[in-house]
Parts: sequence; C-alpha cells; structure tokens
Amino acid sequence: MTTYANGLAVDVRGLRKQYGDVTAVDGIDLEIRRGEVFGLLGPNGAGKSTTVEILQGNRDRDGGEVSVLGADPARAARAWRSKIGIVWQDESAPAELTVRETVRHFARYYPRPRDPEKVIGLVGLEAKADSRIKGLSGGQRRRLDVALGVIGDPELLLLDEPTTGFDPAARRQFWELIRTLADEGTTILLTTHYLEEAEELADRLAVVAKGRVVAEGTASALRNRFGSEAIVEWTEADGRNRRERTGTPTRTVTELTRRFDGEIPGLRISRPTLEDVYLRLTGQEDAR
Amino acid sequence: MTTTAVRTRTEASAGRLPGAWVLGLHRGALEIKQFFRQREQVVFTFAFPVVFLFLFASIFHDAVRGTGVTASQLYVPAMMASGIMSTSFQSLGISIAVERDERVLRRLRGTPMPPTAYFLGKIWLVLFTGVLETAILLLVGTTVYGVDLPSDAGKWFDFGWIFVLGLTACALLGIAISSVPKSAKSASSVVVLPFLVVQFVSGVYISVNAIPHWMLDIGALFPLKWLCQGLRGVFLPDSAKVLEQAGSWEFGRIALVLAAWCIAGLALCLLTFRWKDRREG
Repeated sequence: MTTYANGLAVDVRGLRKQYGDVTAVDGIDLEIRRGEVFGLLGPNGAGKSTTVEILQGNRDRDGGEVSVLGADPARAARAWRSKIGIVWQDESAPAELTVRETVRHFARYYPRPRDPEKVIGLVGLEAKADSRIKGLSGGQRRRLDVALGVIGDPELLLLDEPTTGFDPAARRQFWELIRTLADEGTTILLTTHYLEEAEELADRLAVVAKGRVVAEGTASALRNRFGSEAIVEWTEADGRNRRERTGTPTRTVTELTRRFDGEIPGLRISRPTLEDVYLRLTGQEDAR
Repeated sequence: MTTTAVRTRTEASAGRLPGAWVLGLHRGALEIKQFFRQREQVVFTFAFPVVFLFLFASIFHDAVRGTGVTASQLYVPAMMASGIMSTSFQSLGISIAVERDERVLRRLRGTPMPPTAYFLGKIWLVLFTGVLETAILLLVGTTVYGVDLPSDAGKWFDFGWIFVLGLTACALLGIAISSVPKSAKSASSVVVLPFLVVQFVSGVYISVNAIPHWMLDIGALFPLKWLCQGLRGVFLPDSAKVLEQAGSWEFGRIALVLAAWCIAGLALCLLTFRWKDRREG
C-alpha cells in the first residue's frame, strides 16, 4: 500500500466552493488518517456533499488545497481513480443487467479487483445475484451501490449519506458491512445526518454547518465539550414552561426553591445528549 | 451479512490498468446485451423502417417514367439510410441522454474506466444493430420489391464505405445531440424532431425529384442526403441517375461530405460531451 509523506489519506485546507451567490463550502479543513473511519456530520445543505464531490474529483473547487491519497483530485488520473471507491447519494445502475453481470463488469475496470462473487456475498446479495437490477428493492440497490464502490478494492471509500431511506434493520446490517471494510484497513469517509450512525461508525467526526467545520473530534470529546452544562426546566406560576442552560445547576435549583418556597413545578434537570450538542453546533437548537 | 475477509489481493502486486480497447469490447458486449433485453426498444427500432417501407412502397408503386425503376424500389435504399440513422443518431441521442439523466455516466466517470472504452462500446452497439437493420431491409427489398443485389465487387465495396462513413457520422452526431436535452423525459422529442425534418429534406419519404431545390440544398448540409444518394447508387440501376439533383451518383462528393461530417461530429462530441447533467453543474 502506498504511503504518503504526512500519513494522511485526505488532507484538505481552506476548501471553498461558491454556487452563484451561495457559498456552499466556506473554508473547510479536514485531516483523515489512513485506516480511519471519518464521519462528516451536518444538516442538509451544510456543504457535506459538495465537499465529498470535490474529494471524488467530480466537482471543481474555487479555492483551497486538496490532497486525496497524495494527489489533487482535480487533476487525477486513472490510476488514482482505481484506488478510490465511491458510493453516491442517489444512484442508478443499468436496470436490464443482473447483479452478477454488473459487479463482474465493473471488476474489469480495476487493476486489482476483489472477487465479484465474494463482494456479492459481502453485501448480502447472493440470493439476488441473478436478478435484474430493475427488480431490486431500494435497500438492495443501495447494497449493490456499495458492492460497486468496493469492487476495485479501494484504499479510500467515500460514502455520501449511504443509509438514507433504510429501515432500522437494513441500517444495522449496513453498519456491520462498513465495520468489516474498516477492519480490513480501508479508509472510509462517510457523510450522514444521522447522529447515531456517526457515533456507531466513525473513529472521529467533524460537524459541518453553513460550509464550515464547527467542531471536530471523537464523539465522546464532542459530548464532553458541553458536558459541564445542564439544562434546568420548570413551570412558572403563570403556566409558562421555562428552560435554562447553566454550568451551575445546583445554584439555579437553590434559587428556584427559594422563589417557589418549596416544590418547583415541573422541575427537570438533564445533561445534554450528543444530539443537543449537535443541534447547538449547527444552529438548529430551535428545532427541538 | 457475512464478515469473512474478502481481501484476496497481495499488497505487493502492482496490477496494470486494463486497456481501453479490451474494455471497449466488453462494454460493447454489455451494451448489446442491454439493448436486446429491452424488448420494446428492439421491436420499435427494427420494425419502424420496415413498416414505413411497407407503407410507402405500397402507396407509391408505379414505374417512375424514364428511370427503369418503380417507386417502391426507390424506397428501399431510402429506408435503409433512414434505418442506419435511426439505429445510430436516434438511438444514441436518446439513450445517452437517459444514461446521463439517470447518472449512469457519472458513476462510470467515478471508476478508472477510460472514456474511450465507453464510446467504443457505443460504436459496437451501433455497428451491430445497424448491420442487422440494414440486412432486414435488404431482405425485404430484394424479396418483396424486386431490388437487385449488386453483382460486381466494386458496388459492394462502395456499399461498405458508404455504410461505415454514414453510420459513423450519424453516431457521432447522435452522441453530440445527447447533450442538448435537459432531461430523459425531453430526450426523444429533442432527438426525433430534427431527425424527422432531415428525413424529409433528404429524400427519404419523398423522392428527390419532387422536393423543392432549396429544401434539397438544406438537406445537402447533413449526412443523410448523401447516405440516401450513395445507397441508391449501389442498389438502383444507373438509369435511375436522372432523378438526382446532379444527374449522377456523385460518389466522390458523398465520400467527401460523409468524411467531413465524421471529423466535424467527432470535434462536436469532444467539445460538448458532458458526464453530468446540468443540475449537477
């Protein structure tokens, strides 16, 4: 396997992309180590997909330095493409071919493909191997997408919201598959707007909002970032629900006890979940 | 879902990228397989010119004065030319627009497949269907409408280069026009209308001697008129030359115009071809 000077599979600095007047990516920095599963988390329209498309070499950028497996994706050659696996956000494959025909055919494009039969098994499509693609369910098509993404035995796998539209069971199966690939040493970059997914799979994650990275680190580090804070909720005498974020919940409760002279109506104290942290970071707090 | 390791490669083996020619052959086989699995498309592609030949050749069947041929016989090379253009220009124009809209092209672009292999695959498909279409029309023309197959090798040689140049020019123009429609839904309208117009001004449906000169002059700008003329030159007796605008088959000029369209079509494809649709920028 190729090694790069700084040991990074992906090295992005100051990435910018503009669509007309809209700034989709506004100075993103990313460092993804080899063998790591990295989650790019953020709401719709945060710039995740644009970033991934630039890393794939499928979109021009307006500014910044990008190095993916040691090369600039904007000037990448066939040899570089053979080391990258892509699972697109919305996909279509030739409907009239069977799963096996398609996977076997795509294997031909690569210098060192995986065994097509084993890949079909890996994504759990053995039973559907001889079915035409047009007859597959949404989840089965998605698994075929993954099969085509990994058939070339990529060093880096780029997955753009891979589980959107999955039912919970299919999502868990998919996670299992990603873990298998990660265990084999594949570097994986995954975008998602499912917090649970990022927490399950990613070694490290970056939260993106409005085209910028607003936080980066492991899931637990992110949670601890606001971990000393608590949320105190109660009901006022006039029936209004109040909510206060505080680093000193005991003092708040003591004050309230004094004010209400005893029991505080509707009292509830909670620590922020990762979701609270995420919503706060992405400026979506009001959504709660 | 299984968790057995599937990594079979040895880390040391370098592995060479497969060549464009070989991949082009594989893509060609795949394209042909896909084409024949879409039964509707197969039936319409092949039946269209045969049905039209039957209609026109049955409506107009009298002997054309001073030419030694019947109106029915005139329609045989005309429908062959039209069939060649429909299997190349029309089918590529529509199918590539659909593949772009459905993001099949974008996915291919994300693999190390060389773009040349994609185009080679399309050429194999067009050659295969074009030969089949022409053979069917020739069979109907010789058995039903009394067209004689040429007996000398020279005419067959002419047929060979007219077929290849005409098919190539039309295929390249089909690839070029596939970039015009904004979506798969509009693809057939965008492709079929110009195809219909060009067929009228090129003397496919109406004999060249009945079309106004200014229309023929417009038709002469496109490859179909020359393809029609060349096929008449191959399959009709020399006595039918009098119908032509120039009074002769003009094989030299046909070769020139068709070759020029091959070059212009290739340039147009290289300049305009898009792997992504416009929404994706």
